[in-house]
Amino acid sequence: MGSALVFADVNFAEGAGVQILKSLIIFAVVLQIVPIILMADRKVMGRMQSRYGPNRVGPYGSMQPIADVLKLLSKEQFTPRSAVPWMMALAPMISITAAVATIAIIPFGDRGMWGGDVGLYGIDVSIGILYAFAFGALSFYGPLLGGWSSGSKYSFLGSMRAAAQLISFEVAMGLSLLGVIMSAGTLSLVGIVDQQAGMWFVVPQIVGFIVFVVAGFAETNRVPFDLPEAESELVQGYLTEYGGMRFGTYFMAEYVNIITISALVTTLFLGGWHGPGPDALGPLWVILKMFAVLFLFVWVRATMPRLRYDQLMSLGWKVLLPLATLNALVTAILVVVT
Amino acid sequence: MPEFPWTPGEDLLEVQRAPEAGGAASTYRAFSATLRGLRTTFARLATEKPQTYQYPEEKTPVYPRFRGRHKLHKFEDTGLEKCVGCSLCAAACPAECIRVVAAENEPGHQVSAGERYAAVYEINMSRCIFCGYCELACPFDAITMGNDYELSDYERGDLIFTKEMLLADAIEKTPLRREGE
Repeated sequence: MGSALVFADVNFAEGAGVQILKSLIIFAVVLQIVPIILMADRKVMGRMQSRYGPNRVGPYGSMQPIADVLKLLSKEQFTPRSAVPWMMALAPMISITAAVATIAIIPFGDRGMWGGDVGLYGIDVSIGILYAFAFGALSFYGPLLGGWSSGSKYSFLGSMRAAAQLISFEVAMGLSLLGVIMSAGTLSLVGIVDQQAGMWFVVPQIVGFIVFVVAGFAETNRVPFDLPEAESELVQGYLTEYGGMRFGTYFMAEYVNIITISALVTTLFLGGWHGPGPDALGPLWVILKMFAVLFLFVWVRATMPRLRYDQLMSLGWKVLLPLATLNALVTAILVVVT
Repeated sequence: MPEFPWTPGEDLLEVQRAPEAGGAASTYRAFSATLRGLRTTFARLATEKPQTYQYPEEKTPVYPRFRGRHKLHKFEDTGLEKCVGCSLCAAACPAECIRVVAAENEPGHQVSAGERYAAVYEINMSRCIFCGYCELACPFDAITMGNDYELSDYERGDLIFTKEMLLADAIEKTPLRREGE
């Protein structure tokens, strides 16, 4: 790639036409998971609580997400008098953009898996994980700006919590991946999946896996770490003043974030496209593993009560961070010795 | 009972407290408790059917003594109304939601079994508190509490039940619970 337009090293990229087509397909497919997981969230959680969940709209309630979105579209997007209107409108957009951007680097299959010289991923950037973390960090601005610009105490408290929580868990999350990066010797997600042909990283990096998943729950503001929107104490946190499709955008960003985290877990720890059967089944394996992780998200949501704020902080700084550091140290020693 | 002279603290029981938080043991306990919780929810998912009543299609059954919408009764053999318009129910009603206007039974126009009958018998269901005092006050068992609980309507005026409405059966029968259910 001799072009001056390349900002970062790219391991492999096709022509522009294929790129555009690929990105369209990836986003079309991955964004379809949002209504599925939305539905599964409510249905599975309902069953875990011995109730049905939504079952009125369409067969088995399958049209519920569409009904919800139509309802949100028809609602007013109210702006309080004390708000900063343009910032309030911008914040959900930042949230969704940052959430969606990470999907571009998730590998669903290797180069040439479905014939041709086409990689089954958006783009294989050599900085892989850093890209994911960059957009993960950027997505903080969504809750932060949204809560602050709403001009409401509840929103402000929620965004304060969101900022503190996301920053503390981002540290543990990054450190938990050091082990994987050192074992794989590359930052590229495609390279990392390639390295897992023999053994998935979940086995040697079990500590890193657990820390990453727990931190992932915190990153996506899911129960038991949903303090930023804690409805029983903060009304709805940074979402309090939001209505209509702005709220819908936040909501969607949250679910896209969950999908992104599950895709990252799949890629980094669960062997990505590796699985029994012919190579061409790779993307199917990725999707299946993603759904397994998504199920874990729902399962935990139905199980855990919300943590207290100080418990959350001490879990992040006193448990996860030392564990991740220890994991990175031990891995480093093992990598050097062997 | 503590005996006298009583020394404070003598009758104190040993209080069981949760283990101290923090440390490796606490972490282990928290972890195992988490796993147990996950098992519990998964068992609900795998083994238990939803306990929900699918309401509009499937009504919640009530106990036979449930106090729902009132009923006025007729004698089964003669078809005459039991109510004689004595207004005892209206007197007993704490919410004052019953209105009775009595009239004399004329020969050839026999409505009730007694001398008089209720020309107007209205219960304002939006005021009724379903205490059942009317049922207790009635000397002829002419008014009883039924089992129907679906009483909502679009107009307040429609909630004033007339004698004809109270004499008629409910359109949909409310399911009853069996004894001991």
